[in-house]
Amino acid sequence: MGKIIDDLPQWEPHTPIQGGFITTKFNELLGWARKFSLFHYPFVTACCGMEYMSAACAHFDIDRFGAGWTRFSPRQSDMLLVVGTVTQKMAPVLRTVYNQMTNPKWVVAFGACAVSGGIYDNYAVVQGIDRIIPVDVYIPGCPPRPETVLDALVKLQEKIQKHEQEWRWKSK
Amino acid sequence: MAMEKQIVLKDLQEKFGSEISKTDLQFGDDILHIKKEALIPIVNFLRQAPYEFTMLLDLTCVDYLGEEDRFEMVYHLFSLKNNLRLRIKTRLKESDLKIDSITSVWKNANWLEREVYDMFGVEFEGHPYLKRIFMYDGFEGFPLRKDYPLRKRQPRLPLK
Repeated sequence: MGKIIDDLPQWEPHTPIQGGFITTKFNELLGWARKFSLFHYPFVTACCGMEYMSAACAHFDIDRFGAGWTRFSPRQSDMLLVVGTVTQKMAPVLRTVYNQMTNPKWVVAFGACAVSGGIYDNYAVVQGIDRIIPVDVYIPGCPPRPETVLDALVKLQEKIQKHEQEWRWKSK
Repeated sequence: MAMEKQIVLKDLQEKFGSEISKTDLQFGDDILHIKKEALIPIVNFLRQAPYEFTMLLDLTCVDYLGEEDRFEMVYHLFSLKNNLRLRIKTRLKESDLKIDSITSVWKNANWLEREVYDMFGVEFEGHPYLKRIFMYDGFEGFPLRKDYPLRKRQPRLPLK
């Protein structure tokens, strides 16, 4: 018995990277770190919320993009998901939530109503949230499929990676 | 034994004959056209036994722009005990856009009347808290009136 074990090939420990370090640019490192740790804040006002729920739950595994953690405080989140119709009455609330988020922050308009007002062109509805706050990615659809949401998330990640990153002690 | 709807109409005609201008039938349900002064006595009468219209299903308003009595109030009643439905309609003039509140008879009339006040500007006398329910403070006009401009927007925030 002892002989068989002795004849097995020896497991070789993984050879460490030569020198023990890698080189990169700080800007790209920061972009890489930020794009995989998007905490999102769902600003859910309408029926698109149902589609958001399916997109954010285990079946579509949003966590593999590092965006699995929903924060219900705007102060702890990086990505504002505006899901659903925003009325004139709700507009100041959305502006306040956006202002409460700390930098860096990104905004995703989720669904036709948030993008353009959708079918509601009337006295009550804001015709697209980009009339109130800046928007990074637009997701069309009424409601959008979860695949569309994930595609938008990947596009936002690409955008974040390409950003000129801001940090606190950066020389201006 | 459930009550027949003919009995309700007959009793109403006997008691409030002079206040009912006409009765009508649409989609299988009876419609009662009344004078607005008689609203409270009639709904109180219907709310009590033996009719027991305990549910106010809906309360709304219609704008007939250009007609003499411009606004029409519509009340949808339902009797759970007798399985009866009844619609009450009454006309209001634009110059005298007031009607008695029925919050004392059905509690849910509170929000429904606030909605009608918000959208059409009908004032309900005796309402405990007649304030806009959907639109915000500072919104001018009544958006579901036919003469509200189609493209008129009143944003709370300056829009880009």
